[in-house]
Amino acid sequence: MEALKQELKAKIIEALNLEDISIEDINDNDPLFGEGLGLDSIDALELIVLLDKVYGIRLADPKQGKAIFESVETMAKYIEEHRTK
Amino acid sequence: MTTNYHISNYCKIENNSLQVNGTTVLEMKDVLFPEFIKNASKAIELEYPKFFKMDNLSKLAFLGAEAILKNNINLDIENNIALVFANKASSLDTDVKYQESISDKENYFPSPAVFVYTLPNICVGEISIKNQLKTENAFFVFDDFKAEFMSDYTSYLLESGKAEKVLCGWVEFYKNDYKAFVYLVEKSGTTAHNKEVIQTLYNK
Repeated sequence: MEALKQELKAKIIEALNLEDISIEDINDNDPLFGEGLGLDSIDALELIVLLDKVYGIRLADPKQGKAIFESVETMAKYIEEHRTK
Repeated sequence: MTTNYHISNYCKIENNSLQVNGTTVLEMKDVLFPEFIKNASKAIELEYPKFFKMDNLSKLAFLGAEAILKNNINLDIENNIALVFANKASSLDTDVKYQESISDKENYFPSPAVFVYTLPNICVGEISIKNQLKTENAFFVFDDFKAEFMSDYTSYLLESGKAEKVLCGWVEFYKNDYKAFVYLVEKSGTTAHNKEVIQTLYNK
């Protein structure tokens, strides 16, 4: 799980072009949206693509995203339970 | 058309060089656009994380605009600034990238973040969002830079009272070839605003 969280942070930084943010800057429970990393709606769509592309997870209901993308911790937990690759 | 308006500031970005009002702010050798524009953003002390999410055309236009607006305009007071931009390649550089991302049906992962930049006038929107400009704006696609058209269109906006200032720009980006020429037209200034001067500054 720890390795997955580190990998996920790296992939989020790369996929969302988070300049000047390193893996160490992102805490597992930091909110990804709003006060935390300050991601926007396009970033949310990119995260959905990332789940599909890297982990083979297709979100049937985009409304699920709110809970899944709350933090790296919640994302990693969901990936671990649902990944197909 | 002769007007009483002036070009108060201008910026040029090409060949890994950033110039503001004829003064070189940054010049680099043997680097590609992403590295150059990142350094250029630091050179003008741009602190705007969303800049790094933009496509190349928007980065070019945005940096050209900020190089002028950041230190010369108090946007809390002077915010009736229209935006008139143009280029030749439209958003083709990003269009091609997006097409590549959807061309392989076995590896079909279209990027929303790329897709949103598949229109040339998005770069004008980025400038407006950053500076809270709710003003007239236009983006034209021409075969080449048309100084007379830019001059006439700008004069119309100013003389009809639709704007107090106009930020104009030619921002061309395709396959790592790029050129930005951005200039601000307003009442004050010493450089005349007419097609000859605009063309001369563009060519310089």
